[in-house]
Amino acid sequence: MENRKGAPRLAAKARLRWDALRQKSVLLYPEGVLILNPSAEAILSLCDGRRSVGEIVTELADRYGAEAVALEADVWNFLGELVERGLLHFPDAMEE
Amino acid sequence: MPPTRPTSSATAGVAGEQTKILDLGYPFSLLCEVTFRCPLQCPYCSNPLAFARSLRDELETKEWIRVLEEAAGLGVLQANFSGGEPLLRKDLPELIGAAHALGLYTNLSTGGTLLTSELAGKLKEAGLAGFQLSIQDSRPESAEWIAGMRGSFVKKAEAARVAREAGFALGINAVLHRQNLDRIEEIIALAEEWGAERLELANAQYNGWALENRRWLLPTRAQVEQASNVAAAAQARLKGKMDLLFVIPDYYATYPKACLHGWGRAFLTVSADGQALPCQAAREITSLSFPNVREKSLRDIWFDSEAFNRFRGVGWLPEPCRSCPRRDIDFGGCRCQAFLLTQDAGATDPACILSPHHHRIEEALAEAETRETVAWSYRNPIESKRLSEAEPRPTPPAVAKPKPTG
Repeated sequence: MENRKGAPRLAAKARLRWDALRQKSVLLYPEGVLILNPSAEAILSLCDGRRSVGEIVTELADRYGAEAVALEADVWNFLGELVERGLLHFPDAMEE
Repeated sequence: MPPTRPTSSATAGVAGEQTKILDLGYPFSLLCEVTFRCPLQCPYCSNPLAFARSLRDELETKEWIRVLEEAAGLGVLQANFSGGEPLLRKDLPELIGAAHALGLYTNLSTGGTLLTSELAGKLKEAGLAGFQLSIQDSRPESAEWIAGMRGSFVKKAEAARVAREAGFALGINAVLHRQNLDRIEEIIALAEEWGAERLELANAQYNGWALENRRWLLPTRAQVEQASNVAAAAQARLKGKMDLLFVIPDYYATYPKACLHGWGRAFLTVSADGQALPCQAAREITSLSFPNVREKSLRDIWFDSEAFNRFRGVGWLPEPCRSCPRRDIDFGGCRCQAFLLTQDAGATDPACILSPHHHRIEEALAEAETRETVAWSYRNPIESKRLSEAEPRPTPPAVAKPKPTG
C-alpha cells in the first residue's frame, strides 16, 4: 500500500459531508456510515484526486505543526483501510 | 448500517465514537419500501406475507417527500429505496432527487428488469449514489424459476450493463438458500463478469415469506460449510477488486445476529402504505401495533411510539439474555424471529443456543437434512391473500406446486 503512487480520491459511491445534528463529519456509502474524527476528516478532505499522498502529509504537517514523518504511517494506514473498503481510489496507481 | 470496524490509528477512537454517536438516539438510515408491487415472485421476499392487502394504499409522492424531510430533520443520513420493485414508481427519480436535495445518501435496491438506459440516466441525474441489483442464481433457467419470471435473467444482465454505463458503482446481492447455494462459485463468477464492485451473499432470513417456504429454502449443514469455504477463498482472491460479503443463515450460527444494531436504534423503515417499522419484517409481530406516517410525524414515531420503545436498549431483556455477557453485542437477537417461532416477541431469539426455544431451530435443521420434496409458494398477491387469510397460519405450508409465470 505504501508504494502506491498517484493522487487518491474518494470512490464515486462515497460522499463526505458534515452532519449538523451530530456535529461530526461523516463518510456515507451504500452499506453504511463512517463517523470521522477530525484527523480522519482532515485527511479525506485533501483526497481530491490532485494531491499525492506526500503532498497531503506535508500539508497536514504544516497545518498541525507536526513532523511529516510522524504522520506518514498513520495517513497510509487510514487510506489503506478505505481502499480496502472500496471507498478510495488511486486513479493513476502503479504498484511497485 | 453503521459499521464499527475502523482500526487504523487515524480513526483510532472512532469505534468508541460510533457507539457514542449511535446512543445519541437519532436514526441513521431510512428504508423506503416505496411499493409492494413487483414483477418478480421470489419465495423469500422480505415484504409482509399480507402485502396484497396494501397494494392499493401506497403513499403518494408528496407524502414520501414529507417523510424524507422529516427523516433528514431527525438525523437520518441515508435513504434506501426498495420495494417490491421501486422502479415501478414513476416518481422514483423525483423522490430520489428530493432525498438528494436534503443531503441524504441515496441507495436503490432493484430487481433491474425494468431498467432502461433513459431511466438510469434520470436516476443518476437525480443524485442516486448507490445501485444494488438483485440476482437469484447463476444460470438463467434456475434464476428465472426462483424469481418466477421468464426472461428476467437477460434483463438483469442488461440492467447491470446499463447501470455501469450510467456511472454507478454496481452492487449485486444474491439471497442464498438450499436451491442455489451449491452454485455459489458460479454466482461469484457472474458478479465478476457483470462488473460488480460489491457482492452481498446473504442467506435467507426466515421471517415472513421465507419462513413460509423454509423447508424449501433451508440448506443442509454440508451445503453451508462448503459455501462458507468457497466464499472465504473468493474473498481472499478478490481483495481490492470486488468486495464480497457472506452471511451464513443464523440457524447455523451459535449466537443470534445483532439485528439492526438494536431495535429502534439506527434504522427505520417506512413501508408502501405508510407503516413505520423498526425493521422491515416487524409487521409480522402482530402483538405490536405500528404507527403510520399518515397519522404521526416521524419524530413522534421514533421517540414516543410504543412500538419503537418496546424493545429499545437492554432493559426489557429476559433471561438468559439479561445476565448474558453478549447482551450488548446482540441485544437478544431478532424480535421478529422470536415472535414467529415462540409467539413472544420479547423472548430470546431461538437462533441462540442459549434460548430455551432453541429446539425449534434444531428441529428445522434436522428436517433440512432429509431429502423429501416439499411444496412452496411464490410471493404474489394470490398467495399473499391465501396465506394471510388463513388463521392460524398453517405450518408446515401445504400448497400447490408453483409454475413460473410472466
